[in-house]
Amino acid sequence: MSTEPTQREDVTDTDPNADVPGLGSLASNAHAHAEDAHTVAAPARVRPPVQVAGKVLPGWAPWGIVAATAVVMAGLVAAIGWNWALWVVGTVVVGGAAQYVVSRAVEGKRRATDRGFTYAIVAAFALALAPLISLLYTVVSRGAARFDGEFFTWSMRGVIGEGGGAVHAIYGTLIITGCATLISVPIGILAAIYLQEYGQGRLKRALTFFVDVMTGIPSIVAGLFAFSLFSIFFGPGIRLGIMGSVALSVLMIPIVVRSTEEMLRIVPNSLREASYALGVSKWRTIVKVVLPTALGGIVTGVVLAVARIIGETAPLLITVGVVSSVNVNPFDGRMQNLAVFAFNSYKSPGVPPEPSIDRAWTAALVLILIVMVLNITARFIYRRFGTEIR
Amino acid sequence: MSSTNVDDLQSVVRGGPARGGAGDRVFRGLATGAGVVILATLAGVALFLIVRAWPAITASAEDLPGGENLLAYIWPLTFGTIIAATIAIVIAVPLSVAVALFISHIAPRRIAQPMSYLIDLLAAIPSVIYGLWGIAVLGPASVGLLRWLEDNLGWLPFFEGPASATGRTMLVVAAVLAVMILPIITAVTRSVFEQTPRRLQEGALALGATRWEMIRLTVLPFGKSAIISASMLGLGRALGETMAVAIVLSVSGAITFDLIGSGNPSTIAANIALDFPESSGLAVNALIASGLVLFAVTLVVNMAARTVINRQMRI
Repeated sequence: MSTEPTQREDVTDTDPNADVPGLGSLASNAHAHAEDAHTVAAPARVRPPVQVAGKVLPGWAPWGIVAATAVVMAGLVAAIGWNWALWVVGTVVVGGAAQYVVSRAVEGKRRATDRGFTYAIVAAFALALAPLISLLYTVVSRGAARFDGEFFTWSMRGVIGEGGGAVHAIYGTLIITGCATLISVPIGILAAIYLQEYGQGRLKRALTFFVDVMTGIPSIVAGLFAFSLFSIFFGPGIRLGIMGSVALSVLMIPIVVRSTEEMLRIVPNSLREASYALGVSKWRTIVKVVLPTALGGIVTGVVLAVARIIGETAPLLITVGVVSSVNVNPFDGRMQNLAVFAFNSYKSPGVPPEPSIDRAWTAALVLILIVMVLNITARFIYRRFGTEIR
Repeated sequence: MSSTNVDDLQSVVRGGPARGGAGDRVFRGLATGAGVVILATLAGVALFLIVRAWPAITASAEDLPGGENLLAYIWPLTFGTIIAATIAIVIAVPLSVAVALFISHIAPRRIAQPMSYLIDLLAAIPSVIYGLWGIAVLGPASVGLLRWLEDNLGWLPFFEGPASATGRTMLVVAAVLAVMILPIITAVTRSVFEQTPRRLQEGALALGATRWEMIRLTVLPFGKSAIISASMLGLGRALGETMAVAIVLSVSGAITFDLIGSGNPSTIAANIALDFPESSGLAVNALIASGLVLFAVTLVVNMAARTVINRQMRI
């Protein structure tokens, strides 16, 4: 080995096949159904060496150039009439170009290309986050108007114009989602146990493949399925809360299966073998050893799955319908739901439209809060109860 | 050692004692049954949709909505669906790959993990809220850009105009869809980028490559099939996305490539969501038939994507 030209110490080594996924991979798995069985907790990073030869721009140069561009662009844009969007876009584009030109003059073509692409990647990342920030800001600022006691205690029964609330929609959301969870969790966990502990041969391969495919079924198709199923038996006018739960189950089951399977996979085999060695039968080993060990992770996965389906609109629009008064019986008639409530309040606001549109934004705010609380709860559960797995 | 003992030992190595009591058989049956239920559900989706779509497929043309045959009813919707999803993919894929590279290779490790949580947050937001944001914020904000496109790039069929005054256009819909499918494309590509063998990356750097050259020479070739399959997964999502399109898009029946006007066809999913509550009789069957087409298309796209991913993961 020759002399050490790069910072060897900087190169952190992580086993790329490490079996313990971090919470990030768990979250993305449940959220985006990513195929990340092999994800490592922290990304292994290979750092480029510091440049030893030739002229190099100082570390502050990229920021300095962009800041200078921002000032110049502010002057230019102010001269033709102030426009925030034009200023930001102009600064980003011209700043990138300026950086490339300066770097090319000082450091040469290859370094300049490197800086150019790094700049473009960071800019793309900022661009991807911009909608998130804008969306959260919009929902919070517009939803705050009706975020009051009446919203959480009144239904829309007999309400025209101002006032009214979404308590019927909140009940409906909780009941429909609760029923969907009751259907999905047993089936999902048992299927994951089959895949991880029993399955072999063609049935296992087919199930693994089609569970993945099912995560991509459009939600509206799940709604049509539930409608078709029930309308064959009860006629085409049927609208029930439980139909919505069935539709949501089609969406939720694959998520539960994938996350539970992942959690069962990281239970060490030595635990199973120790249990077998004590003469414990296989099913009692699964129930008494494997499941309790993975419980924190499984619950986390279920909570994230609930967070994903609680905001579904389309399948409920066609299976549960809309109603303006409280209905808490999922087996009898139409129910309301927060997401559908937000959609309907915005789409057909009536006269005058403003109160209804305000209610739509507040419903959206409540939905986002529920989803956030569920996500934070999931992370908390995983931190608190899921660490034994490591 | 008798032969039964050896059998026992081998089955323990495979993952369980050989002799199971009644409890074992019941539990195994339950687990297998749950798996079969899932497969049966997927088959049931296809079956029940076909059963309920059948009256529309066999009906005579004048009974159907629009008074023409079923194909003439579904085709504009299919066209709208494909257009919206294609543009969403064109916007989302380069952006997602850049975000994935940022998290896997550019960002300091300290902030990489929180940043990936933020991207996951994009996936957690309900689609109806994206729709509200699209019509209330992004649409109005894009009017100036749409007008600029009409004035300067109007010779392209996509930007023919006349530009919409509300921003409820196909281009804005596609942009909203792109934001919605960005997290899944990012998640899949990132997890593969991070698996790029270290020796390849270190080798490239040892030969004097800059960081971008290292990415271009090792990470991107390694992740190529992941980018393709992730794009297909995203395509599947974009094809089936309902509420954002239903809320944002201003619809007319025309088939046009004009992305900035207000005369675009709806998509299958959005059309179902908007028309279903007010439909009855054969119109419902026709909507379900269009849903069957959507189901078939997304099923094929997703199966293809999963096949590519599985092949990549096995390597």
